[in-house]
Amino acid sequence: MTWTLVLVLAAGAYAFKFLGLVVVGDRALPAALERCLALIPAALIAALVVKDTLSVGHHLVIDARAAGVGAAIVAAWRKAPVLAVIIIGASVTALLRAVS
Amino acid sequence: MISACVTLGLAVGVYAISFGVAAVSAGASTAQACVMSLLVFTGASQFSAVSVIAGGGTIGSALSGALLLSARNGVFGLANSRRLTGRLPTRLIAAQLTIDESTAMCAAQDDPVAQRAAFWITGGSVYVFWNIGTLIGALAGGAINPKTFGLDAAIPAAFVAMIWPQLRTSRGRMAVLLGGGICLLTIPVLPIGLPILAASLAIMLGIRRDEVTS
Repeated sequence: MTWTLVLVLAAGAYAFKFLGLVVVGDRALPAALERCLALIPAALIAALVVKDTLSVGHHLVIDARAAGVGAAIVAAWRKAPVLAVIIIGASVTALLRAVS
Repeated sequence: MISACVTLGLAVGVYAISFGVAAVSAGASTAQACVMSLLVFTGASQFSAVSVIAGGGTIGSALSGALLLSARNGVFGLANSRRLTGRLPTRLIAAQLTIDESTAMCAAQDDPVAQRAAFWITGGSVYVFWNIGTLIGALAGGAINPKTFGLDAAIPAAFVAMIWPQLRTSRGRMAVLLGGGICLLTIPVLPIGLPILAASLAIMLGIRRDEVTS
């Protein structure tokens, strides 16, 4: 581990964040592009859920996380508050791990 | 909403403890681990960088993998640029807080005031807990395993709750299915980090003009 790695990574990671939020800023964009940007959270957060629930590295797996996130989906569908959804997801996963 | 933002910050903070442990066992000093969390502030990238180094990889390969993972923050920033208005100094700080959790919590709110509040509270509490957790982990070592408490599932569970408002329109539902599907299909074949970026192809559903109602 070197300071070079820490600082170059910091600069690169900030550059990505800067690019979207500061370079584009709040200027008006074509309507079609605005409609596309509005879909970013839907598309990317769905992808994060898939990655965090069903994968280890390059492998697709079904383990205790799938049960926890499945329970979270049911909770969200039954209109549970965000906090409850988080706690249900974590505790179902932890319980399953504890008993298996 | 505030308690949910702070809880998410706490869950992420416990993860930071394991990041601190991982960084130190990969040969980082406590200062390096802490500066990394303060300046890089993108969990997945940080974990990836230290695990490549721990596995004997070069700095170049650690950097390329970690940067690939952080590229999605550029896309998130683009989405947030529609919601977070303000002067340049404000946006420079907002840029640093642009991560998965703050973007998701922001997008889950209905009105612009709540969206901005959710972004700042989530980004701020994750930042505080992430850095405290890193310091604890780097100093104390691996006393806590987040998996014991199911915290690895807490984060996707939070994302599930935040995705729900996106399902109200048929276009949103299609973007969720397509984004998730692209990620699922590409995880086995693309380098780590790219499946999330590939999922952004789903936003092209927005090109068609006809206003689809649910």
